[in-house]
Amino acid sequence: MTTGRILLSIGMMAGITYLVRMLPLAAFRKPITSRFLRAFLAYVPYAVLAAMTFPAVFSSTSGLISALAGTLTALVLAYFGRGLLTVALSGAAAVFLTELALRIG
Amino acid sequence: MQKGLAPWIPVTISMTNLTSAGQFAGLSIILAGGAIAELAVTTFIINLRYMLMSLALAQKLEPSVTLLERCLIAFGNTDEIFAVAIQQEGRLHTAYMTGLITSPYLGWSLGTLAGATATSLLPETVQSALGITIYAMFIAIILPPARKSRPVLAAVLIAAGTSCLLQYAGLSGGWAVILAAGAAAGFCALRYPLKGEELP
Repeated sequence: MTTGRILLSIGMMAGITYLVRMLPLAAFRKPITSRFLRAFLAYVPYAVLAAMTFPAVFSSTSGLISALAGTLTALVLAYFGRGLLTVALSGAAAVFLTELALRIG
Repeated sequence: MQKGLAPWIPVTISMTNLTSAGQFAGLSIILAGGAIAELAVTTFIINLRYMLMSLALAQKLEPSVTLLERCLIAFGNTDEIFAVAIQQEGRLHTAYMTGLITSPYLGWSLGTLAGATATSLLPETVQSALGITIYAMFIAIILPPARKSRPVLAAVLIAAGTSCLLQYAGLSGGWAVILAAGAAAGFCALRYPLKGEELP
């Protein structure tokens, strides 16, 4: 593949990604008054993050069992209100230890 | 990047695109020599969720944030930055968003450079374990508010369940996230209307 074609591909990806993000931010400058839309937008962040996490988290490691261990760890710690970094690193540690145990066992 | 590709390619993608899933998908299509049209459609679908995020963020910014500033902030409105921004109390101003975007942007670019040149140095077990961190972080963001607010819990459960159903039925991740999140937020907006600014 030529460098020109790679640059064209990257430029197109960047352009599309940017427009998708920029247009709503630029177009909706006034506060939205519709009660439905305001409620919709209030729930969107949680809905988007939940849909992005499940089921992708189950295939985010090299095996289902370690992914389940990591997910469970993250769920428990998040339930008890631990911070982002603690939850993220503990989840990763659970995955690492589970894979280690599976290899030895 | 395991496929022996020049490090400048993923680094340039990281610095100009600033999107995790979209970059991976795009890079794999580029490497496979896919058609430009395929690349365009895939990028659009995977990143369509940012339209929802930008709409939500647009309502969260101070009215004083100018159009130009909004256009600059839009570039940095990626999953992680959106997730942190939306958790803050009250309206956000330009200075806050600039700070929130700048250091992750540098980290993202340098991280890609480090990853592109040295991925093979990390043991496979560590690579596998780090794959879960982004999702663990998302869980840490959505669970505490879901405990406090029944509508948020409903939105989270419906979105996660629908996303699993759609993806196990064979739908691509990009479409599944949009449809599942749209349906969940739509249902909850009808079922649990807002009273004032606060989540019920």
